[in-house]
Amino acid sequence: MNRSELFNMAQVEQERQAKLRFRILSCASTPCLSAGSQDVFNALQTAVTEHGLNAEVDVVASGCNGLCSHGPVVRIQTGDAPDDIYEFVTPEIARQIVARYADENGADVSEHLIPADAPFFAKQQRIVLGNSGRIDQEDIEGYIARGGYTALAHVLREMAPEQVCDAINQSGLRGRGGAGYPTGLKWQLVRKAPSNKKYVVVNCDEGDPGAYMDRTILESDPHRLLEGMAIAGYAVGADQGYIFVRGGYPGAEKRLNQLERVIRMAEKHGLLGGRVMDSNFSFRIDIRLGAGAFVCGEETALMLSIMGKRAQPVPRPPYPAQRGLWGAPTLLNNVETFANIVPIILNGADWYANIGTEKSKGTKVFALAGKVVNGGLIEVPMGMTLREIIYDIGGGIRDGHEFKAAQTGGPSGGCIPAQHLDSPVDYESMKALGSIMGSGGLIVLDDTSCMVDVARFFMEFCVDESCGKCVPCRVGTMQMLRQLEKICNGSATMQDLEILEELCEMVRETSLCGLGQSAPNPVLSTLRHFRDEYEAHILERRCPAGVCKMDQVPVMELAEELPRRMRSASGQKEVA
Amino acid sequence: MSVITLTLNGEMISGLTGQTLLEVIREHGVELPTLCHLEGISERGGCRLCMVEVNGRMTAACVTKANEGMHVNTHTEKLQNYRRMILELLFAERNHVCAVCVMNGHCELQSVAAAQGMDSVRYDYLSPELPMDASHKRFVLDHNRCILCTRCLRVCDEVEGAHTWELKGRGIHSMVITDLNGPWGESPSCTSCGKCVQVCPTGALYDQGSTVAEMEKKHDFLPWILGGRGKKEWNW
Repeated sequence: MNRSELFNMAQVEQERQAKLRFRILSCASTPCLSAGSQDVFNALQTAVTEHGLNAEVDVVASGCNGLCSHGPVVRIQTGDAPDDIYEFVTPEIARQIVARYADENGADVSEHLIPADAPFFAKQQRIVLGNSGRIDQEDIEGYIARGGYTALAHVLREMAPEQVCDAINQSGLRGRGGAGYPTGLKWQLVRKAPSNKKYVVVNCDEGDPGAYMDRTILESDPHRLLEGMAIAGYAVGADQGYIFVRGGYPGAEKRLNQLERVIRMAEKHGLLGGRVMDSNFSFRIDIRLGAGAFVCGEETALMLSIMGKRAQPVPRPPYPAQRGLWGAPTLLNNVETFANIVPIILNGADWYANIGTEKSKGTKVFALAGKVVNGGLIEVPMGMTLREIIYDIGGGIRDGHEFKAAQTGGPSGGCIPAQHLDSPVDYESMKALGSIMGSGGLIVLDDTSCMVDVARFFMEFCVDESCGKCVPCRVGTMQMLRQLEKICNGSATMQDLEILEELCEMVRETSLCGLGQSAPNPVLSTLRHFRDEYEAHILERRCPAGVCKMDQVPVMELAEELPRRMRSASGQKEVA
Repeated sequence: MSVITLTLNGEMISGLTGQTLLEVIREHGVELPTLCHLEGISERGGCRLCMVEVNGRMTAACVTKANEGMHVNTHTEKLQNYRRMILELLFAERNHVCAVCVMNGHCELQSVAAAQGMDSVRYDYLSPELPMDASHKRFVLDHNRCILCTRCLRVCDEVEGAHTWELKGRGIHSMVITDLNGPWGESPSCTSCGKCVQVCPTGALYDQGSTVAEMEKKHDFLPWILGGRGKKEWNW
């Protein structure tokens, strides 16, 4: 397909959609599916057939709309009017919705309609997720009708590879995987690396507890990712791309088959593969499936996994941009980073550089989870405060509880307490507070959460996911977990806390890869902001949140404790 | 190859480009403890004992190339403390009972710990229940003494070319295995050359029939084999 055929296809699809009475987009992403959206989709199709509207109405399985805690979600597009979005849709309500739109006098479903000015949507700025929920996940025509692949066409025809790198550099885009390395700089490094063979790799090995940003982008708007990768391939001089997806999720196989079909569909249309859009640029994309290890998200381990070896990080330098896959320079970016490329090319680097803060440009997708009213996938401009995210978009804390902390960045991140709610969300501010931006996990904790227990949970995760290569991470995390368990069960002394702090520093400074270096972060940040809770556990043998059982005593106090326990077990009263 | 100058513990020293920091440091008579490093096989960077401070940042000397103008400190109080902690972690990880070990008195882990002044372990002994494999007719594998340095794995792969050894599991549950986790004695790929046994720094691999403190290991065969190979002294 060449450029004019692309525009032609877009026009045909736009005209077809314009002739429809309305389009029904039923969310088919994982959170809604688990809330029963498959039944809703079937009910919608049946209802449309019953009303005899098959020729006039589209019923489409779409990607994520964001409001995952209120699923299943159904979106109705009618002409040029703003879309109507319905929450908590059941098959029964689905039938009523169809009846309502088919006939003005149908049942009243406004109870499930989300108001157009609801802060959850109004406060967001959806760039990366712009198509998510608005198009059929698999349908290439729908993506092209919304301007898909025009950025690639523009780049191939109008821009030299170095101009593309410069544009990304000017936009100020930084890596969305968590570390925030300037993307344009990375692209230039790979472009300048001398080699005949180069690779582009997407890191979709998302493993933080509670995070599903990358996975959703991959499922809801896969062509956006493919287009971004192809542009990257053109910019750095690569002809092969790999999408590294974490395996092991329930339903992952079905999703991968879908992704495979999407890639082959783009190839069939000449938008990928040999001679992309009749130019002399060729770019093939293949999927590589990880075995579900968290460490595969580390770039050197990820590349070893792609090469079929045991995924264990290797020391850097050399960086992937110098020596990556099979020794060739490799560009490795996160899914969200690649999803930002198309809007930057279409709207210009200056437009992108105007969004966000001075050092952090653009928007960031977060998986808002935990004790908030509206949980789901959100996208906000950089620099928005945590308070706006949690109270305006998130709708505040559930069940009238008090906000206690926001956990960002997963097991590599930290907890931000209430007094810092007004600090802006960007790379630098988060780091200054002892946490990290991370890939976008944002878990809200209320006063029923014990911070020591939270630290223990994340340390348990790190123990499970340590690859075992270097001693500090392999054994150090295990020993840190032991100390945290002691604090949680009441058998710790202040000396154990000292040992824990010393271990944190040692593991942070001596571990081989970023995983080990950041493994102590949840402990360090909770110690920094909630030291009183640790001390209450140890000195007063009390869990302030009432989570920890505290049924043990320190070894040195066993001599006094044991007779006391025996007495109480035999029903005797304690003698004062 | 050009000469570079760097500062080692306050003294100006010279080295060659392409050398690792560990090589340069040892050439100048400063002793750095190592366990996973072994001359003649590839570097792993896993034991973290050779951590040094380069311009204020910590890095493992065995996998860092020496560069012009580096300021290297090898024995700050913090580094020495970290080294002792890493050794304590290793001793607490598995069942390192020197008094009943075949390698007592010849063990690299033991001698490194003694040299670093590690006289007690402050952490909980994890005391895992680990098996032994005595199915091989000449050698024994004792997981209780293994520190996962993977010297066996690397020498088998890179020098012997058999790649009998591999790792299974991850994190604290990692273990060395032969072939697809079968008994060593039934391994079709093992050539029984014994290189893995000789390079193992602890009593994890030893000769059948050895008892307490009887096992001694020599890896001076490595320079001979590799040197001969380099000079093409053998034509088979």
